[in-house]
Amino acid sequence: MRRIIFGMLGLSMLLASCANTSQNNTSRLDLIKNRDELICGVSGKIPGFSFLGSKGSYQGLDVDICKAFAAAFLGDAKKVQYRPLTAAERFTAIKTGEIDLLSRNTTFTFSRDAFRGNGLSFAPVVFHDGQGLMVKTGSKINSIKELSGKSICVGSGTTTEQNINDAFEVASLPYKPIKYQDLNQVVAGYLQGRCSAMTSDRSQLAAARSGFKNPSSHIILDDVLSKEPLAPASDGRDYLLADAMRWVVFALISAEEQGITQENVYQKLQMAQENPQLKPMRRFLGVEGDLGEKIGLNNDFVVKVISATGNYGEIYNRNLGPNSAVPIPRGLNHLYSNGGVHIAPPFN
Amino acid sequence: MNKLYKVYIQFFLLVLVIAVSAILINNLLANLSRTGLFFNLSWLLRPAGFALAEHPLAYSPSDTYAWALFIGFLNSLKVIFGSLIFATFIGLFVGIIRTVNHSLLGFIASGYITIIRQTPLLLQLMFWYFVGFLGLKDNSFQLSNDILGISNQGIAFLGVSFTSEFSSLLLGLSVFTGAYIAEVVRGGILSVSKGQWEAFRSLGLSSSAGLFKIIIPQALPAIIPGLTSQYLNLAKNSTLAIAVGYSDIYAINDTVITQTGRSIESFILLLITFLFLNLLITNFMEAINRFILYYKKT
Ligand SMILES: N[C@@H](CCC(=O)N[C@@H](CS)C(=O)NCC(=O)O)C(=O)O
Repeated sequence: MRRIIFGMLGLSMLLASCANTSQNNTSRLDLIKNRDELICGVSGKIPGFSFLGSKGSYQGLDVDICKAFAAAFLGDAKKVQYRPLTAAERFTAIKTGEIDLLSRNTTFTFSRDAFRGNGLSFAPVVFHDGQGLMVKTGSKINSIKELSGKSICVGSGTTTEQNINDAFEVASLPYKPIKYQDLNQVVAGYLQGRCSAMTSDRSQLAAARSGFKNPSSHIILDDVLSKEPLAPASDGRDYLLADAMRWVVFALISAEEQGITQENVYQKLQMAQENPQLKPMRRFLGVEGDLGEKIGLNNDFVVKVISATGNYGEIYNRNLGPNSAVPIPRGLNHLYSNGGVHIAPPFN
Repeated sequence: MNKLYKVYIQFFLLVLVIAVSAILINNLLANLSRTGLFFNLSWLLRPAGFALAEHPLAYSPSDTYAWALFIGFLNSLKVIFGSLIFATFIGLFVGIIRTVNHSLLGFIASGYITIIRQTPLLLQLMFWYFVGFLGLKDNSFQLSNDILGISNQGIAFLGVSFTSEFSSLLLGLSVFTGAYIAEVVRGGILSVSKGQWEAFRSLGLSSSAGLFKIIIPQALPAIIPGLTSQYLNLAKNSTLAIAVGYSDIYAINDTVITQTGRSIESFILLLITFLFLNLLITNFMEAINRFILYYKKT
């Protein structure tokens, strides 16, 4: 009896203390500015998105998005601290305040966004993806049907885990999910023959394959099991931070629409300053009006962002373009005007 | 007067404990409600929507989160009790070897204990799984077709098959805990006075008979408490299952949290489960201890 009472007591203390970290009424944005550093949650294991490059620094599309946020919030893209997180850790890391925001190939879904779900807030999508399956070329598996009853390696705590189940249920096929904590383990399980296939977002399959000894002996099946719009996320209770993040991502897209690049941004700024009639560009670059202030940033935040990372298209090309280490055709990720789905609302 | 004083102190402590718990619980509820998440367990009855490769009882993704977690609990029990038995045998065997001076065997036993105790369990588990089982790749080991088969898919033994995830966890936990139990056993045996050894030898008993009939029974009261704490560690260490892809309660809880966002409720359930399990182990071992002490007296 005594043991039970002490156990329960200890338990309640533990719980109360871990719950105690939730926010008070100031925005995380102020905290970031006071700290003068942005803590950004990333995967750290996916070439092209976020991984430790040869120089010991993080690189990739998700990393560049972190840099864009740091440039907008702090005026310096280098003031970022990266925290590698597994899929299952990432939401708790936001909710407990361990990180400021997440830029980690995270799919924007209803439940994750919902106040009474995971309670996150999503910035605009930075990469439109879809779930796929990778198998060995010699395995004679060409579609999901031939995977009936087979083992499939999958990462736990992901949309992947649910989608693969949905797909097999719809097709009324049995299968065995072998669930691992992170991508490296999923890859190891697959390469060592524990599973007949591995499943993840197709971008991740391509990225993983680029690191294989023999990339050509693996194929990504044509089946696309789901939509995986990947977007940065933050704590849903903090609408000030969410607003700021939303408009930084839109700024990247809008800059591409307007042809403003890392190289020409200061020329464009000068042009805007000299020509009062170029109203939209003056507002966008903060020469006129107070758009930045309205979201708690400096009015010239767009200039800071674009000079640090370039526009969305430049970020894409640097990390996933034809000359990068993980070339992924741009497809849906083109601007709306080029047949893709990225479009920015007006900066008015 | 003195008695009254004690009553006051006890009363004061009681009030303090109640006040502190009330503050903490209030804090917890306030935080929950601020996030819009009042303490609530109704989500446990919604369909889980994920499949499990291993389930001792029937399970399908349309079953509830509660059932999925219960299946995880059974998976945990399965690996905990399996390893508990193996670890005890390994520990007894190695512990005894370490006390009887066989030079080569004793040397091997102490090497085993050193290696196991100086490396992290997590690495050992990954070694058994990724190197031990998955390292087999396309090779497999067969012993006369249906008796024993080992491959990267797991172990098949007399028609019963165990996945490689379960097998490597079982093996890893048993080998790890076995090393610690061996030390507990050795300590217990050494605590029996030298005179007892001489006594049974002079009675003409062989050393194995003497060991099991005279020495070990006397060593047990010294062994049981250490053994209990090793069993408790084993139960807690089993949550490393997630590192080798085994769906224990902790791994399933992880998935449930990311799907539902109900981290506080899930962790409370998880903590209560382990508290309950460990109290069960402790009380069981205490009963054994009492039985032994009683038996010794009569
Ligand atoms: N888009 C998916 C994420 C997919 C995901 O995170 N996959 C795992 C492996 S399948 C991963 O990326 N792991 C990277 C890592 O382990 O760091 C989601 O939001 O749930």
